[in-house]
Amino acid sequence: MHLALFFIFGGLAVLAALNLLLQRHPINSALSLVVVMMSLAVLYWSLGAEFLAAAQIIVYSGAVMVLFVFVIMLLNAGEEERTRGSKIASIAGFPGAAAIFCLLSFVFLSEGHKLGLSHLGGSLDEASSNISQISSLLFTDLLLPFEVTSVLILVAILGAVVLAKKER
Amino acid sequence: MSSALLSILPEVVLTVTGVLIMLADPFFAPKASKKALGWLAVLGTLGAAGATLLQLRTHQILLTFSGSIQMDTFSVFFHLLIASIVLLTLLVSLDYFKPGATSHSGEYFALVLFGAVGMMLMTCSVELLMVFIGLEISSISTYILAGYRKGQATASESSLKYFLLGSFATAFFLYGIALAFGATGTTSLNGIASGLSVTAFPTMAFLALAMMLVGLGFKVSAAPFHVWTPDVYQGAPAPVVGLMSTAPKAAVFAVLLRITATTYSSELLHARWVWLIGIIAVLSMTIGNLGALLQKDAKRMLAYSSIAHAGYLMVAYTALPADSIAAAAFYTAGYAAMNVGAFAVISQLGGYDEPLRTIDDYRGLAQKHPVLAAALAFFLLSLIGIPFTGGFFGKFYVFNAAIGAGHVWLAVLGLLNSGVACFYYLRLLTALYSRKLGEEGGEFEGSSPAAAIAIAGAVLATLLLGVLPGKVLGLAQRGATVQVSRNR
Repeated sequence: MHLALFFIFGGLAVLAALNLLLQRHPINSALSLVVVMMSLAVLYWSLGAEFLAAAQIIVYSGAVMVLFVFVIMLLNAGEEERTRGSKIASIAGFPGAAAIFCLLSFVFLSEGHKLGLSHLGGSLDEASSNISQISSLLFTDLLLPFEVTSVLILVAILGAVVLAKKER
Repeated sequence: MSSALLSILPEVVLTVTGVLIMLADPFFAPKASKKALGWLAVLGTLGAAGATLLQLRTHQILLTFSGSIQMDTFSVFFHLLIASIVLLTLLVSLDYFKPGATSHSGEYFALVLFGAVGMMLMTCSVELLMVFIGLEISSISTYILAGYRKGQATASESSLKYFLLGSFATAFFLYGIALAFGATGTTSLNGIASGLSVTAFPTMAFLALAMMLVGLGFKVSAAPFHVWTPDVYQGAPAPVVGLMSTAPKAAVFAVLLRITATTYSSELLHARWVWLIGIIAVLSMTIGNLGALLQKDAKRMLAYSSIAHAGYLMVAYTALPADSIAAAAFYTAGYAAMNVGAFAVISQLGGYDEPLRTIDDYRGLAQKHPVLAAALAFFLLSLIGIPFTGGFFGKFYVFNAAIGAGHVWLAVLGLLNSGVACFYYLRLLTALYSRKLGEEGGEFEGSSPAAAIAIAGAVLATLLLGVLPGKVLGLAQRGATVQVSRNR
C-alpha cells in the first residue's frame, strides 16, 4: 500500500515537474507546479510527517501558488516566446544535468543497501502527532536559526520596497 | 552578561542599529539627504567592532545556542574584518547618493548592516542550518544593493542576474547540507566531523562536500562558477561592489575553512577532495587573469581580477592544516583592504552616474586628481603583489603554504598568473599617468571628507599589512590553532 502510494505520487511529481518545464503558457506551468506540490505533500504524509504535509498544502499549494496565478493573470502573460538560448547552455546543459543525475543515482544505488528502505507510513496508521516534537526542537535546539529568520524576512521586505517602488 | 548574548553581541548591535535606521527613515522628507542615517550606521558598525573586541578579551571559546554558535579567535578575526569592510563602505557611501538621486538611501544603510549581520553569523556558526540562513541574509541584501541605481539598465541586469544565478547556487549548497545530513545524521559541523569517521556512506559524504563547494564557489566567484561576476560588478554601484567583492567572500571563505579544515580534515578525506580545490584554484586564476586582459571597462577588469584572487586564495586550501588557515585568513584581509580601497577611489571618481567607464576614460587623471590617482595606483600595485603592500604578503604566505604541502606546481602556476596579471593592472596604472587624449570626461564634484577618510584608512591598512604583517597574522594563527586543536 505504502509502496504503491510512493510510486504513484512520486511518478506524478516527476511527470508534473517535466510538464512544468515543457508547457509554453505560464498558467499551465503554474498549475503543474500545484500538482508537484500536492504530490510532495502526499509523500511527506506517507513518511509520517503529517505536519509538514499540511504546511506544504496550506503554504505552497495555497498561498504561494495563488499569488503566482494572480501575478500571471495581472501581467496578462501570453505564450512564451522561444529564444534560441545560449549555445553553451544547449551544448553543456543536457549532458551536465544527465551527469549530475547519474552521479546522484550512482551514490544512492551504490550505498542504497546500507541506507536501507525508509519505513514508510510512520504515523499513517496510528494517529499520533509530530507537531509537539517539531515545536520543541524549534524552540530549543533551533531557537537561534528560527529567530534569525526574522532578519532574513525583514531584508526581503526591504528589498521588495526598494526595488518595486516607483521613483517619483 | 550571559554567554549566549556575548557570543552574538556584534550581530545584535548591528540588527538593532539597522532597525533604528528603518524606524527613523520615514521622518525624513523623501528627497532629503539621509546622511545622518549613514552616520548612525557608522556608529553601529563601530559598536559591533567594539563588541567583537570585548569577545576577544574574554580569551575563551564559547559554544552557545545548543552548539550552533561558536565564538573563538577565528570568528573574532573575521568579525573584525567584516566590520572594517562595512565601515569603509559606509564612509564611501555617505555622499554617494546625492539628495534626490534615489528615495531609498535610508534603506541602503539598513541593508548594508543587515547584510553584515548575515556575514558575521556565517563566520561564527558551526551549524550548517545557521550558516545557510546567514548566507541567505547576506546574499539577499547584496542582490538588492546591486540593483540600487534603478534608472540604469545595467543595474537591473546586475541585480536580476545575481539573484537568479545566486538562488541556483544556494540550492546546490542546500542539497549539500541535505546529503551531509543523510551521511552523518546531523547538520552540526562538529557532529559531521565525528560522524564522518564512522559513516557507512563515504561517497555520499564526499558528494555533500562537492555540492557545498559548488554553492560556496559561486558566492566567492571561483571558476567555473564565475560567469555572473563581470556583469554584476559592472551594473552595481561602485561602493557596493567594493563591499560585495570582499565581505561576503571573506565570510564564505571562513565557512569553507571551517568545513574543510575541521570537518573534512582527516588524512583520508583530505586526499579525496584536495584535487577538486586544486582544479578550482587553477581554473579561477587562469580564467580570471586571461579574462581581465581582454576587458576595456575598469569595473569589469577588476571583476575578473577578483576571480583570479579567489583562485590564489583557493591555493591555500590545498595545503591544510594550520599554516594555510592563517595564510588564507591573512589573504582575505589583505585582499579586502586593497579591493575596497580601489572601488572607493572608483566611486569617488565616477560618482553615482559613473561617466568614467573604460580604461581610456582614466587617462590623465593623475594631473587632475593627483591624490586619488596615487591612491588607486597604490591599490593596483598591491593587487599585483609588489613588496611593502598587503598583497605581497598575502600571496607570499599562500604560495609558501602550498609549497610546504608539496604542491609546487600550484605555486608555480600562481606565480605565472601573477606575472600575467601585472600586464592589465599596469595598463590601467599607465593610463592614469599618461597624457589625456580627447576632451574632458565627466563632471567631478570633489571627493567627500568621509570618503577621503575611508580611502586613507584603506591605504593605511594595505600599507600596514605589507610592512607589519605580524599582528594580523598572529591573530589569524591563533584562530587557526583553535580550528585545528578542536579536531585533535
